[in-house]
Amino acid sequence: MSGQQASTLKDLDAVRAMIRHHKLNDTIFALIGLLALMVGLLTLLTLFIDLLMDGYTRFNAGLFTEFPSRHAAKAGLLSAWVGSLLVMSVTLVTAVPLGVAAGVYLEEYAPKNWFSDVIEINVTNLAGVPSIIYGLLALGLFVYDLGLGQSIQTAGLTLALLILPVVIVNTRESIRAIPVHIREAAYAVGATKWQMVSDHILHYSFGGILTGIIIGMARALGETAPVITIGALTYIAFLPPSPIQPAPPYLNFEWLSSGFTVLPIQMFNWLSRPDHAFHVNAAATGVVIIVVTLLMNGTAIWLRYRIRKNIKW
Amino acid sequence: MATQVLHNPLEHVISDRLARNFRRHFKERLIEFILMLAALSAVATTVAIVCILLYESSTFFKTVSLVEFFTDTQWTPLFEDAHYGILPLISGTVTTSAIALLVAVPLGTIGAIYLSEFASHKVREICKPILELLVGVPTVVFGYFALLFVTPLLQKIIPGLPSFNMLGPGIVMGIMIIPYISSVAEDAMRAVPMSMREGSYAMGATRFQTAVRVVAPAATSGIIAAYILGISRAVGETMVVAIAAGQQPNLTFNPMDGAATITAYIVQVAMGDLPHGSIGYQSIFAAGLMLMLITLFLNLLGHLARKKYREAY
Repeated sequence: MSGQQASTLKDLDAVRAMIRHHKLNDTIFALIGLLALMVGLLTLLTLFIDLLMDGYTRFNAGLFTEFPSRHAAKAGLLSAWVGSLLVMSVTLVTAVPLGVAAGVYLEEYAPKNWFSDVIEINVTNLAGVPSIIYGLLALGLFVYDLGLGQSIQTAGLTLALLILPVVIVNTRESIRAIPVHIREAAYAVGATKWQMVSDHILHYSFGGILTGIIIGMARALGETAPVITIGALTYIAFLPPSPIQPAPPYLNFEWLSSGFTVLPIQMFNWLSRPDHAFHVNAAATGVVIIVVTLLMNGTAIWLRYRIRKNIKW
Repeated sequence: MATQVLHNPLEHVISDRLARNFRRHFKERLIEFILMLAALSAVATTVAIVCILLYESSTFFKTVSLVEFFTDTQWTPLFEDAHYGILPLISGTVTTSAIALLVAVPLGTIGAIYLSEFASHKVREICKPILELLVGVPTVVFGYFALLFVTPLLQKIIPGLPSFNMLGPGIVMGIMIIPYISSVAEDAMRAVPMSMREGSYAMGATRFQTAVRVVAPAATSGIIAAYILGISRAVGETMVVAIAAGQQPNLTFNPMDGAATITAYIVQVAMGDLPHGSIGYQSIFAAGLMLMLITLFLNLLGHLARKKYREAY
């Protein structure tokens, strides 16, 4: 009798040991999993600190007010940040109306047939095309066939095509989240489809669409490969003609066809030089690019979080 | 007389309504048409990409036979003694992508299992935005990191490692694509119905056992889709390899050597000032066509695998 009891107790101990062992395995795996995810974050932190340590000596007003120069210590980002700003403004005015309109069409208007399927497959596929392919498209089509040259408008249009899928997908997702009864309520008071879309759907999905636009613009700011492919010059010691002029008609669009450089290209250029002094400039540029893109993406993520939390249909 | 007085205003009202209806209807149709045109821009972009690549490569392939393109072991379109063998570019692309996958597949999979099966709601809410931020960091900055941080670090571990090699950029690229793999794989695992996990727990399995033996096998097609999309990203990645792997086409699979990928070659040629229509200019379109075909194939495969798991549950 006592022997049987002892063996039961022994079994129980063995079972408990096994449970402990398995629970330990669970904990160990959870730690490994967290660590695996943290590799990315750690890399980002290391990268940022590395850039700061390499480039901090160049952080002064001159970095933003000087043109590039043969002397590394005097070289600045003036033409690059102005170029980035102008290129992104072209991207913004092209990609936003086109992307939002396409998203609205696909979600609210498109009939369920092969035609809509073709458009859908295209959008999905475009999101997976490597960015440098867009550069080749722009080089062949915009630069030579359409004769737009290696200019701000070419770069802006190229990046617009590149971020179009981002804008479309985000627009669709935020429109899809709107419940049907909002649409039915609009129809019930006699609204036409467009009145329903413009007064209600666009109004409610505005935050989500904005998120997509910000993420897309951050991507456009950081993209290098397609802009290099269209042949952006890397040594630009002038500014494009000002868009605003004192005499009527006050607006001037010559800047659209001006040569240009952008922040990531300036960084790439300095990075490809053998002279270490230019690597310091590249590091400082890297800090500027990272801070701006992280701020933009951070805003977008925060915005989406707020929307998800606050909207109760 | 009295009836006329009564009738006329009414008729007036009705015809006015009809006219307004017609105007409304016409306006609605016009808007729908414009929105459809915007959605068609996605199709137009795809068509334009395919046409430009095919057109420019067709002139390239008039000079260079397909046999030479696929069998010659040298790629020197810009030299006096020109060779047009794509193999060295393919070997560079395959090697860097393989290194990237060796880093990203284990870390991405473990991270995805952790996020889907182990992490609390709170941890997930913190981890996912961080991963998204990592995706937003411009690749040119990662190129700096690979060239001036990771490679010097590796040189301390592996003496004699040249400053341009495929190992450093491969590793950095791997870290870059972890978020892509982990987010798609996590999606797939979360789509596995709760009842399967509950069944496993009821049999006395631990979280780890459930995750590895029940959830992961059930989500296989989705996890494979994640890997395929990861490969597609690695193959199309440009700046990291263009900066840190050197730009010398080199038929080798040794990660210690420097080499050029398809994308790096396009960047290198585009940086120079090649005359429009020359064989060097056309060669980047042939290389681009190759890249497009590879990524298109991978994206289609990934799309099919994803569709499979969406249908399964």
